[in-house]
Amino acid sequence: MSTPEPEKNEPAAEPAKDAAAAASAAPAATKAPKPERPPRDWGVIIRNVFTAENSATVTFLAIVLALVVGAIMIVLSNTETMNKLGYFFASPGDFLSAAWNDISSAYSSLFKGAIFDPATISGTPEQFFGPISNTLEYATPLIFGGLAISVAFRAGMFNIGGQGQLIVGAIFASYVGFSWTALPGLLHMLVAVLAGVVGGMLYGGIVGWLKAYRGAHEVIVTIMLNYVAFLFLGGWLLNTSVFHDAAAAGQAVGKPATPSAVLPHLFGDQLFTDIGLVFALLATVAVAWFFQRSKLGFEVRAVGLRPSAAKTAGINVSRVQIAAMLISGGLMGLIGVTQTLGLANPNNNSLSPNLDAGLGFTAITVALLGRTKPWGVVWASLLFGALQAGGALMQTQAQVSIEVITVIQALIVIFVAAPRLVKEIFHLRAHKIDTGAKGEEAPPPVDPFHTDTTTAAGGEA
Amino acid sequence: MSTASTATGKPGASEGTLSLADAAERRSRLVSGIAMAVMGALGLWAFGLTSRVSGAAHTIFGLKEDPNATGGLGPISAPSQELAIALMSVAILCGLARAFAPVSKTVQLWLSGIYFAAYTIGFLVWAAAGSAVGLNVPVILLQTALAAVPLVLGSLSALLCERSGVVNIAVEGQFLFGAFAAVLTASTTGSLWAGAIAGCLGGALMCVLLAVFANRYLIEQVVLGVVLNLLASGVTGFLYDRLMSTNGGTYNKAQGFSSIRIPGLASIPIIGPLFNQNILFYLAYLLVPVVWFLLFRTRWGLRTRAVGEHPTAADTVGIKVIGLRYRNVITAGLLSGLGGVWLTLGLASQFGKDMSSGKGYIAIAALIVGRWSPIGSLGAAVLFGFATELQVALTSLGTPIPGAFLAMAPYLVTIFVVAALGGLSRPPAASGKPYIKG
Repeated sequence: MSTPEPEKNEPAAEPAKDAAAAASAAPAATKAPKPERPPRDWGVIIRNVFTAENSATVTFLAIVLALVVGAIMIVLSNTETMNKLGYFFASPGDFLSAAWNDISSAYSSLFKGAIFDPATISGTPEQFFGPISNTLEYATPLIFGGLAISVAFRAGMFNIGGQGQLIVGAIFASYVGFSWTALPGLLHMLVAVLAGVVGGMLYGGIVGWLKAYRGAHEVIVTIMLNYVAFLFLGGWLLNTSVFHDAAAAGQAVGKPATPSAVLPHLFGDQLFTDIGLVFALLATVAVAWFFQRSKLGFEVRAVGLRPSAAKTAGINVSRVQIAAMLISGGLMGLIGVTQTLGLANPNNNSLSPNLDAGLGFTAITVALLGRTKPWGVVWASLLFGALQAGGALMQTQAQVSIEVITVIQALIVIFVAAPRLVKEIFHLRAHKIDTGAKGEEAPPPVDPFHTDTTTAAGGEA
Repeated sequence: MSTASTATGKPGASEGTLSLADAAERRSRLVSGIAMAVMGALGLWAFGLTSRVSGAAHTIFGLKEDPNATGGLGPISAPSQELAIALMSVAILCGLARAFAPVSKTVQLWLSGIYFAAYTIGFLVWAAAGSAVGLNVPVILLQTALAAVPLVLGSLSALLCERSGVVNIAVEGQFLFGAFAAVLTASTTGSLWAGAIAGCLGGALMCVLLAVFANRYLIEQVVLGVVLNLLASGVTGFLYDRLMSTNGGTYNKAQGFSSIRIPGLASIPIIGPLFNQNILFYLAYLLVPVVWFLLFRTRWGLRTRAVGEHPTAADTVGIKVIGLRYRNVITAGLLSGLGGVWLTLGLASQFGKDMSSGKGYIAIAALIVGRWSPIGSLGAAVLFGFATELQVALTSLGTPIPGAFLAMAPYLVTIFVVAALGGLSRPPAASGKPYIKG
């Protein structure tokens, strides 16, 4: 608000809107002393929770919807349960209880695998915190990936090449991990991590360069580079004498990293979380700082919003695009690090052809769910990590294929990206009730994965 | 793609004047032409002057599908070194001509085509030099055509979508859904045709999702496509685990359409085997001219292209933009669903998790390399099919190049082409942008 005039304190809609406009027109005015808050109307606040504009509500409802669809799939695909549907009208209880059994056994094991198992309350702390530590371990690569997608996206690019970048990062990290054994313990690990970052940066940088100087569309280039990296690793590199582990004859497995390069446990040896989580949180802080405080981050956002305007303002668009892809690739490279040197690696910390585990694509969904905001990405990663950790237990305990987790994740993202659909299903109101307090609120969140409709209508000649 | 495409700078739009665009085009031509010539020179050394082709090495080209069959044409044997040097010289000349000769765009395209053909055959001559079996030309042709079928169908599907202004990255998911629905229906009903129809409808169902979320809920379409691919992979994988992995005999029977021999054409030497395939094979290749005709010679095609280039203008003259987009995207789903049908019923194979193995993405690459035209997409699809087939054919020849690098060839070619064409290869202007009336 530009001036702390007394009438602005009144919770009237009209002047507040004007003030908001004035504030956005003159950013310097934000330094002016804040006016008093209008009295809180709790009724309005509570009612506003149930609007489609409230992203927390929409996210929650999206998760509920996705779980419901997942439950339907679990029931429909169980042939025994469906046989009971044949005589539904004769004895509906049979079908309903069977269906309830299917769903409750699946989702309760999902919960036990992801959060905690009530049976372990009297057990050791390791048993109690086991599921949570699994969730954190699964979330770690997703945080890196979500941040990577966010950085590229804020610069106006889709980095679909996470798969390739993480493979190259993994190759670099693994090479340092098994060959530079002369380095002392902690230093060896840090150098291996850095090598992974460099590998990812190089592979991402190619995309940025081709985009900036050759006008090659990054979506197609990244998809192609994914296949190149995959074939390079699985089809050739793991058969070379430098990388192939002679102990695993006939298998496409790389040499295991020496223990000094392996990421150490974070919470004691019994729990399944490694120090990668700390790196992920540090990366989140760094990316948040990058967007909010750094010059390059500002330029990245400017280029992403409107390249032509950024160019007019004297920003070197090509340089910013390359920088964004370098950072994005480096973050993807860190997935490669945790996938090889982390505890999540099932093959004794060695390379294997399928180490990517589709994380480059899951990262896109995480970024979308986190609305390309660094801390949003962390929450989204925790949710998806929990689903993955729980899904593993669900597969063994309830014999429900872990593929249903992929479906649930995809559905959550679709529902979150389509708040109008959630609104229609749950009959939410479209808009918040204006209390006049709008001037104090942050501007409405830019929904990053929605097409900019203001420029879209004309087809932009 | 809206945010991304603005950055590439369309020629003549942000620059304003035509001469700048012209200069950019000339420079791009120069760079790509010289790059082609340099690559040709490298090829000349690698394929014409190395030990593999030196001396009296000959390359044998077999001209019968079954080399032991009686009658027909005998194999041709040619001196490897001379042939390779001649072919690579042609390639270098094409590159130089493209860079420096003042020729029209059509001639440039032809030059590029001849360049790729000469380069590829030169490589084959080198690869098969000294081999007693040599290259079996009819088999390579046939396998190329077979490998290209899903790519052709997928790129036609993506073409229909993009031409009407919707990006369809979800071809992969439509393949998976189509393949799954086809094999499930065919196995349970026992009717191949029911399976084929169910497969097409499965692809269309995925496209309904794409159309609804892109047009009604305005989700960014590239992201949407990626998420839909995940969804399809999850749903088919889940149902596979539930139904097919334990009960494959009931739900996942390998069965296929029988081949139809076209009299006359099937007896032609070398290309004969192409006319002894099943109905889906013919259908896929017939659809290319059909789509071309519909798109460029009918009222519907004109409207579709208008909606994809400038929806506001199309709306002004009374075309129902959103309705047309819905119809076209769902129709496109039938095509990519057919591509899925091909993967199971066409090739008489069982369904497997993620069995499309990236073919949907390659189909989109074919569309872009083919510059959003049906004929160009066909050419690119055949090129990619050839590269896929090549690694199979060459493993038996024992070339020093590992199979993985050959397998990379189509992807690297795509990157090369996209980078060489740069801003000159232009997608439909409104592709990826939802239309909001008002």
